[in-house]
Amino acid sequence: MSTADQSSKSSPVIEFREVGYHHGDQRLLLDISFSVLDGETLVLLGRSGAGKTTSLKLINRLLTPTHGEVNVRGRSTTSWDPISLRRSIGWVIQESGLFPHYSVADNIAVVPRLEQWAEDRINSRVSELMQLVGLEPSLRTRYPHQLSGGQRQRVGVARALAADPGILLMDEPFGALDPLTRAELQKESLALQRRLRKTVVMVTHDLHEALLLGTRIALFDSGRLIGVFSTREFATSQDERVREFVNPFREALSL
Amino acid sequence: MLDFLIKNRGQIASLTLEHLWLVGIAIAIAVIIGIPLGILVSRSPSLRKPILGGTNVLQTIPSLALFGILLPAPWLGARADRLAIAALVLYALLPIVRNTYTGIMAVDPAVKEAAIGMGMTDGELLTRVELPLSVPFMLAGIRIATVTAVGVATIAAAVGAGGLGELIFRGVAMVNNQLILAGALPAALLAIVADLVLGAIENRLRVPQR
Repeated sequence: MSTADQSSKSSPVIEFREVGYHHGDQRLLLDISFSVLDGETLVLLGRSGAGKTTSLKLINRLLTPTHGEVNVRGRSTTSWDPISLRRSIGWVIQESGLFPHYSVADNIAVVPRLEQWAEDRINSRVSELMQLVGLEPSLRTRYPHQLSGGQRQRVGVARALAADPGILLMDEPFGALDPLTRAELQKESLALQRRLRKTVVMVTHDLHEALLLGTRIALFDSGRLIGVFSTREFATSQDERVREFVNPFREALSL
Repeated sequence: MLDFLIKNRGQIASLTLEHLWLVGIAIAIAVIIGIPLGILVSRSPSLRKPILGGTNVLQTIPSLALFGILLPAPWLGARADRLAIAALVLYALLPIVRNTYTGIMAVDPAVKEAAIGMGMTDGELLTRVELPLSVPFMLAGIRIATVTAVGVATIAAAVGAGGLGELIFRGVAMVNNQLILAGALPAALLAIVADLVLGAIENRLRVPQR
């Protein structure tokens, strides 16, 4: 394989360039730079309030940077039309944020409907996605409050994948689930990602999840990016700030 | 008493219909004006105070005084039923505007953010998420407005707009309790029925929540 091929294959899909985000007096992000490569899963790891979710929202322009710029597919988010930018990016959030007045099928069909797909195309897409994420066809007409937490999260993933976006943003997607369901969904998510090869940015504070699902890990602390590591590097790093994050997990496991 | 009601059932029935007509038209107009106002208030914080405050002030004006204030108004004062309907509309605005606004504001911020994050425009957010989720609130507002209007409409007889108030005012003038009750009982019944019917609709349309 030529080097040109290599570089185009791993060209950054998302790029943060010296990004800062302030909200009033609060400096939520300081001088962040990193890129997300095509087809990889970058995990944003850190404590609560470290700036992970803020970073995620800068990608689909729910927030705009106060300093620097965020590029998506080579264009600054501020030069994108926010509506078409968001429709080209799948968005999975904790507790799934499903629409309570929509059935499972209608929830999954939100973006296709906004994009005015034909109704029969929407129908077959919904069936396809429900199968993909492991939802019984009989759940189609159920409402979110009639589902279990795990089922709701599956609907959330199916909804994000509906219009086949190249990029998937996941904000603590498995955070609200019981440990068993979480482990099950993490495993399925890994298998799914191997098939679909989306570019994924996932926020979590769970080290285990980060090591399992991530290609690389970006460690955040109080609005700063400490570094981006491959999962192997991360687990064995001698960097003090990384060890500070890894050690409590290690201690818990060696109990 | 019962004899009296039966003997005058024709007149009571026609006044009840008249009453219902006044209230129905007034609520319909109030809904057409009030819901867009509620949406406007939810979208523009600078209009919130004047609009909510204004409808609030209207509500504090005693009904008899409101009829009196509107009497000299050019087009409205020309016909008693117009005048009555205008006053009823003004009274009905507050609960409808306020509940529409409250309903939109009560939509879970996480759901709203999900909608925006998925690429809904402001109009799509409103029509696909905020309004459908606000329907129970709006209906509750319409229900309060309707029940209030049934009561206030009895005063409309004071300006000659008819309705069940006519029997009440005549009864008061003639110191005839039977006549007062012949107006008051159907009016109370009307309010209760309106409350039950709208309440039932509200329950059916309530969005299932956890």
